[in-house]
Amino acid sequence: MTDMTPKRPLRPTAAKQKQPSSLAMWLGIADNSFTRQKTVKFGDATAVNSGRLYGIITVAFLLLLWWVAGANGWIKPIYWPSYEAVGTRLTKLWNEGFRNVPLLEHVAISVYRVLAGVFFGALIGIPLGFAMGLSSVAKGLFDPIVEFMRPIPPLALIPLFILWLGIDETAKISLLFLAALFIMIIAARSGVSGVKISKVHAAYSLGASKLQVLKNVILPNALPEIFTGIRTAMGVCWGTVVAAELVAAEKGVGSMIMIAKNFLQTDTVVIGIIIIGIIGYGIEMIMRLLERWLVPWRGKG
Amino acid sequence: MDGADRSGLLVDDVSMVFTLPGGGSVHALKNVTMNLASGELLSVLGPSGCGKTTLLNIIAGFLAPTEGAVFLNGHQVTGPAAERGMVFQQGALFEWLDVRKNISFGPRMMGKSKREWGPKVDHLLEIVGLKDFGDKPVYQLSGGMQQRVALARCLANDPDVILMDEPLGALDALTREKMQGLVLQLWKETGKTIVLITHSVEEALFLGERLIVMAPRPGRIHREYHLPFAEQGLTISPREIKASPEFIEKREEILSMIWEMEEEIMGGATQ
Repeated sequence: MTDMTPKRPLRPTAAKQKQPSSLAMWLGIADNSFTRQKTVKFGDATAVNSGRLYGIITVAFLLLLWWVAGANGWIKPIYWPSYEAVGTRLTKLWNEGFRNVPLLEHVAISVYRVLAGVFFGALIGIPLGFAMGLSSVAKGLFDPIVEFMRPIPPLALIPLFILWLGIDETAKISLLFLAALFIMIIAARSGVSGVKISKVHAAYSLGASKLQVLKNVILPNALPEIFTGIRTAMGVCWGTVVAAELVAAEKGVGSMIMIAKNFLQTDTVVIGIIIIGIIGYGIEMIMRLLERWLVPWRGKG
Repeated sequence: MDGADRSGLLVDDVSMVFTLPGGGSVHALKNVTMNLASGELLSVLGPSGCGKTTLLNIIAGFLAPTEGAVFLNGHQVTGPAAERGMVFQQGALFEWLDVRKNISFGPRMMGKSKREWGPKVDHLLEIVGLKDFGDKPVYQLSGGMQQRVALARCLANDPDVILMDEPLGALDALTREKMQGLVLQLWKETGKTIVLITHSVEEALFLGERLIVMAPRPGRIHREYHLPFAEQGLTISPREIKASPEFIEKREEILSMIWEMEEEIMGGATQ
C-alpha cells in the first residue's frame, strides 16, 4: 500500500534555541531575546549589543600593558610612571595632600568653581533666553552678542580675564559663568521656540493669562531643553576649569597637574588626569539620572 | 447683519486673506456667514484647502479675520477666551501633567479651589471612562484615551461653545467610532453648542445636526444640510444608522460633491 498524500518536506524544526545565560547577555556576547529574532542586523543600530566583554578586555589589556611596561622598564618613569609609583604617590597625596592642600580640597575647589559658574550662567542665561524667544526687542538686542560669542571657545578669553580680574577666584568663576551663559541662553531660547502652538492655544482657550501660559506651559515645555543645556554647560565648564587652572591657580586639579609638571612629578600628573576623567564622567552620569527623574516627559509630547 | 442682540454663535460675512511673504495672497475664506443657535451641533466638511481650519481658528479667536466679525451671544470675538473651548487633533495635552491636572487646568487657571473643581473632575473622569487613570501621566495613555482627556479638559471649563478641530482624525477606525458615540453622548448631556471640523464624510454626517460643506479657492460655504442622524444616534446604534439607506444616500451625494471639487482643482488630471 502506498500512501497517496504528498510527503511534507521535513520542517527544519527551529532547533530549540537555547536561552543564552544572563551572564552572556550582560557581557554582550549573546543577543538578547529581541535581537536574536532579527534577521537583518547589519544597519540596525538596535541590534548592536553592548559588547561589554570586549570593553573589559580593552581595559584589562591597557592595565596589563602599563604593568608590564613599568615592571620591565620599557618607558622612562619621567614619561609615564609605573603602577607602584602611582600607587605610592596616591597614598602620599591622600595622606599629606599636594603642596599643603589636601587632595580632596583640590578636587572640591574645581568642582565648586564649575557649579558656581553653571549656577550663575543658568541664573542669568535662562531668563535671557526666554526673553529672546518671547520678545522681538530682546531678540534684536541680544542676538548679535549671542551669535558672536557662540563660536568663541571660553579658553580664548582667559588672557582677557587675567588682565581684567587678575588670577583670583572671581576671574575663574566669571570665565566659567560666561562659558555657561551662552549655552544656557541658546538652550532656553530653543526650549521656548520649540513649544507646540496648539498647547499655547489650548491654554489661552482654557482661560489662562499670559503669565499663566508662561509659567504653566512655556516653562515646563522648555525644561527638557534647559536640562540638556545644563548638562552641556557642566561638561564644557569642567573642561574649561581645568584649562583655566593650568594657566593660573593655586588650588584645583588643573593647577595640581601644572605644578607637578614643573617638578617632573609625572605620577601626580597622571593621577590628576585620571581624577579629571572620573569626575567628568561622574558629572555626566549624575546629570542623566537627574534628568530622568526631573523631566520624565522629555520627548513624550 | 447686527450681531449685537442675538444669542448663539454668529459668523458675520467673514473673509480672510493671507498675504504671502513673496508677494501675492491667498483668499482662504470669502464672505462666510452662518449662525448657530445655542445647543446646536454643526459639522464642517470640505476638501483640504477649503479654509475650514482657518474658520475654526477665527471663531476660537486665534486669528482676526480680514473682513467681517464673529459674535458669541451678542459680543464680538477678539481673542481666545474660556467661553470658547477647543479640542485639538492631538498633541495639545500638557505632557508634564497627569490626567487629573490636565482636566483641571482651566478651573485652576481661573483661581478656583480644589473643593470646587474636584468633584467635577471626578465626574468627568467617570464620563469619559478614565476613572482609574487620574494619576497617570498623559503620555502613558493611548491615542483614544488622550483625546478623551482632551474632551474632559475642555468640558471642565464649562464653555458656551466647543470647537473641535479634527479631534478624532488621528485615531484608528474602531476607536474613532466609539469616540463619535462619546461626543454625541456628551452633546446630549451637556447641551453645548459644538462646531466640529472633520475630513471624514461619515463622521460629519453622523455627528452633525447641521452640516456645512465648504468649497476651496476661495474657501466658502458650498451647501448646507439639516440631518436627522445625530438625533437618532442618541437612541439607535451608530452601526445601524450608518448602514441605513438614507445615510448611505447622503454619504454618496456628498462624496461625489467633494470628489467634483477635487477634480476641479486638479483640472481633471486624475481621470
